Amino acid sequence: MAGAQDEIEALIALMARLPGLGPRSARRAVLQLIRRRTQLMEPLARAMAHVAETAQDCPMCGNISLGGLCEICADPARATGEICVVEDVADLWAMERGHAFKGRYHVLGGLLSALDAVGPEELGIPRLIERVRTEATREVIVALNATVEGQTTAHYIAEALEESGTAVTGLAQGVPIGGELDYLDDGTIQAALRARHSL
Amino acid sequence: MDWQDHGTILSTRPQGETSALIEVFTAGHGRHAGVVRGGASRKMAATLQPGSSVALRWRARLEDQLGTFTVEPLASRAGAMRDRLALAGLSATCAMLAFALPERAPHPALFAATEPLFAVIGDAMPGWPLDYLRWEMQLLDELGYGLDLGRCAVTGSREDLAFVSPRSGRAVSRAGAGDWAPRLLPLPACLLGQGPASWVEVTEGLRLTGHFLDRFAAEHGSRALPAARARLIAALARQG
Repeated sequence: MAGAQDEIEALIALMARLPGLGPRSARRAVLQLIRRRTQLMEPLARAMAHVAETAQDCPMCGNISLGGLCEICADPARATGEICVVEDVADLWAMERGHAFKGRYHVLGGLLSALDAVGPEELGIPRLIERVRTEATREVIVALNATVEGQTTAHYIAEALEESGTAVTGLAQGVPIGGELDYLDDGTIQAALRARHSL
Repeated sequence: MDWQDHGTILSTRPQGETSALIEVFTAGHGRHAGVVRGGASRKMAATLQPGSSVALRWRARLEDQLGTFTVEPLASRAGAMRDRLALAGLSATCAMLAFALPERAPHPALFAATEPLFAVIGDAMPGWPLDYLRWEMQLLDELGYGLDLGRCAVTGSREDLAFVSPRSGRAVSRAGAGDWAPRLLPLPACLLGQGPASWVEVTEGLRLTGHFLDRFAAEHGSRALPAARARLIAALARQG
């Protein structure tokens, strides 16, 4: 019995390392999995084993794929001549949730950092330049965070692509949908005022 | 332990899922690190950007503990975000402070020079690169590697100073340099307060300060200067 309890404790400890879960919530999740073994735990274990075996980075864009090119890069309809540059796969998923972008992506896997010595090579920026050259790209949309590191990286990419003649654009910054001016920080208000448009 | 101060955010890293580990350059406590509870929230993201001016309260049970900060925004440097060069300057200033200053050692004179520098860079005001160059000269002074540009090390003259000795950091006039001129570092006139500073002159000045900053780095653990500084110099060189 002690052995079984140890294995369950080990499972709880592993679950507690996931984002959003602490030791107590991991314990509740494991208990729920054990109680719903056939409906939940076994399919989950099978799905996890399959993804663990097959998941890899898409060799073209850096998205997660289950072998070879990811679905977006493999889809000929997404070859619109536009590449959207994002920091990581979570940002790519966020863009896809918006259903607003129909082109392909390039996942950097990080940002240029002033202090951590993360340089252009670590981020695959030379690979992006090569893609822009070979894929007849009309526009590169740099969709990076509105942070100092995000915008430093965006400017670096814009500079690196200057010679290619490709249009490089960035996302707008300003008041979010549902945002109230009273609660916005000074920087966002400044950016919104600069990006004002006629009504 | 408990103190209140104001300062500038130098860096922010995630700490666990909800907190942030920040490094600040403060008026009275120098470069200081601490945890901001809830610092990973969207509400705090703008306040904790490098270069932001903040009011701080630091608390810890013992003085040598990391401690926690409570942070209130004072001034944003968001104006630099859209300006490629200003953003490079902002990053370089933060990176140089984090690189060069020891932790928890106050540098009031340097702090007094740094706050206005962040303000002009944050507003992307023209001419800030020369302010940055002068700030690096002051940083060298604080580190004990200050340059003596008052008079020629060879002749004692105050006229026609054109070089700096790479060993002593003292100015050398054209007459005093003689055949040694190729071995000396060029001294841009803008560091003597003469004439307007071109991008080329500022870049030359940064190569001069870079020589002595490199020496400081070599004598304090052989670390390379931050890449952010090199990116600023490259950006200035492209402007020229």
